[in-house]
Amino acid sequence: MRTTSEPIALARMSRAKVGMASLIFMESAFFAAFLVTYLYYIGKSTSGPQPIECLDRGPVLFNSACLIASSFTVVLAVRALARGAIGLFRVWLLVTVLLGFEFLAGTAIEWSGLVTAKGLTIQSNAFGTTYYSLVGFHAFHVIVGLLMLVGILVLSMFGCIDPRRDHARVDVATWYWHFVDVVWIFVFLLVYVVGRVPQGGGL
Amino acid sequence: MTSITGHKQGSPVQPGGFWEAVARWTLSVDHKKLGMMYIGAGLVFFLIGGLEAAFMRLQLARAENTIIDPETFNQLFTMHGTTMVFLVGMPVLLGFGNFLIPLMIGARDMAFPRLNAFGFWLFIFGGALLYFSYIGSEGLYGAPGAPDVGWFAYAPLTSRTFSRGNSTDYWILGIMVSGFGSMTTAINFIATIFCMRCPGMKFMRMPMIAWMMLVVAGLVLVAVPVLTAAQTMLLLDRSLGAHFFDPETEGSAILWQHLFWFFGHPEVYILILPAFGFVSEILPVFSRKVIFGYALMVAATVGIGFIALGVWAHHMFVVGMGPELDAFFGASTFLISVPTGIKIFNWLGTMWGGRLRFATPMLFVTGFVAMFVIGGLTGIMLATVPMDWQLSDSYFVVGHFHYVLFGGTVFGIFAAIFYWFPKATGRMLDERLGKWCFWLLFIGFTLTFMPMHISGVLGMPRRIYTYEADRGFEIWNLISSIGVPVQMAGVLIFLWNVVRSLRKGEVAGDDPWDAWTLEWSTTSPPPEWNFDRIPTCTSARPLWDRKHPEDPDAHYE
Repeated sequence: MRTTSEPIALARMSRAKVGMASLIFMESAFFAAFLVTYLYYIGKSTSGPQPIECLDRGPVLFNSACLIASSFTVVLAVRALARGAIGLFRVWLLVTVLLGFEFLAGTAIEWSGLVTAKGLTIQSNAFGTTYYSLVGFHAFHVIVGLLMLVGILVLSMFGCIDPRRDHARVDVATWYWHFVDVVWIFVFLLVYVVGRVPQGGGL
Repeated sequence: MTSITGHKQGSPVQPGGFWEAVARWTLSVDHKKLGMMYIGAGLVFFLIGGLEAAFMRLQLARAENTIIDPETFNQLFTMHGTTMVFLVGMPVLLGFGNFLIPLMIGARDMAFPRLNAFGFWLFIFGGALLYFSYIGSEGLYGAPGAPDVGWFAYAPLTSRTFSRGNSTDYWILGIMVSGFGSMTTAINFIATIFCMRCPGMKFMRMPMIAWMMLVVAGLVLVAVPVLTAAQTMLLLDRSLGAHFFDPETEGSAILWQHLFWFFGHPEVYILILPAFGFVSEILPVFSRKVIFGYALMVAATVGIGFIALGVWAHHMFVVGMGPELDAFFGASTFLISVPTGIKIFNWLGTMWGGRLRFATPMLFVTGFVAMFVIGGLTGIMLATVPMDWQLSDSYFVVGHFHYVLFGGTVFGIFAAIFYWFPKATGRMLDERLGKWCFWLLFIGFTLTFMPMHISGVLGMPRRIYTYEADRGFEIWNLISSIGVPVQMAGVLIFLWNVVRSLRKGEVAGDDPWDAWTLEWSTTSPPPEWNFDRIPTCTSARPLWDRKHPEDPDAHYE
């Protein structure tokens, strides 16, 4: 029992951080639904192009490496901003954005190959349906993340990013980019490792 | 525009012309205005959804009735369920969260006021989109009409083959858009409760509503995105020819059920937990006692939040999931009745030995506890797998969830409206009309929903547009239908009460109920900035401490 009734000042958490963490939590639930659905349909396609015929790991590994590397470069960018090195910040952010575009371009090339050479579309079979929707929704989130990063880059080009004032905000925005990366690791493992099964092959 | 210098105390009517008033409300990012707009819009949808139910009861009043044709009947029950869950329950409860959370935790607004307004308008547009289906769903397919696939839209009913036209697309998009609104609101709740509490407002001193809304927001963040994902898949099926849910082409109809109910069951707790919060605030004030077992109440709430994520397949016992899954989901459903039971006994413990004042909010709260217990008990019956095989998709289920959602959630909402109306508007609702409203609603509710248990046990399936004579259903359906005008009278009296009290209700003053939470420490209605000085909090009942400096709660913490 306390005898004084002095109120205790609360250590305030950052609204932006809590908000972004909640958003990421919510997006995780969204992706969980698509991942579980993908898992459910692995090996259920009785006709049409099969995962093992369609999915070529080589280019995807390179794309994945680019996306994961971009998580590190964005950390370097945020660190540069924290030190006030705005020039270095722009460079690392530009590298991050380019790596992100590489990933998208890689996905585009892969998809066009799948559609034209393998004849796999979203209508082909359960594999096509779940593959394009899962990978597609991830790519959509990459685009959203890129829009955020490009927006920050453009703002900093116009001198609108003040390291001291905006460091925390930029940091929170990059959380989303890390989230997009982490989701890709799950997608990659599920689609290109676990789910690369022949016709009739289950788990 | 409204003057920044001050507000007219005790009067909700502010100066200015009509368009200024419209602008003041529609352009507002004030959590109180948004909360009231949520509740107001929700009540409008409540009237629409209620009318849809009334038409169904009219059709079912006697056997082999022909007032409403089968297609229209399908649209009625679909729109009734969808409206009541997504356009009444969610917005009204989130609206109360919006209105109350900053006031109760001593903040000046939500964490993200503009996001808050954005969420509200998404909800409005989602609701408008759903109802636009009555006009717009004909599209190019020549199949007009509102959605008619039931509120849980089971596959493959929703495939292009069986659902022509665009009505199902309107169902998907309307709910998806309003769902985005709910998710932004949930993010806002969490950020507000974590970051905006006034000095001294530790987590274990927060009002129960703040706790309930925190858990609700967490459930929204887990459950609603899964519905959005499932609806996206359905949209891909319908628009791009994907094969998620079409069993003819490698799809799985059961998967839709799993995804839908993974959302659907937490949704039930999203709809009931805020009402638990209302009860936990109102009951102590009208019993003149501290809430019994605050810490246990918090633990039970969080417990419900977690277990709620593991019970969804009890909606699917008749699908044939196999004994293992049936046993698991039956057991988890029994388990969730434990924290719920803790709450009931804590409320009874709060009332026990208290000086009870049966003003209208207390009447509704007491009605809530009694009706919710009945709904909970039939829930336990339905969690028993063999019993569920017998009763699933019968009127027994309809009776069960209306006891929970009407006798529970709606009674809780009415209690909350009567309790916080003075705070929001500065005027009291009329007590005499309030008591009429309660008793008419209570009697009408019992007349309508109690007989459904019997017709259900007798074997009447839900969602049939008519039934043959000599099945033994007639008398129970007739009684159910007789309850409808009684409820309607109660609702009309309520509306009259609101209109009348806004004009000439008794002026409330800051603290008409002699309550203990922070919203009653500011003026009624509160100024836009809520508190002239940010309050401080010394216990779970900060206003009690201020009123009774000789014996503050802080001494017993």
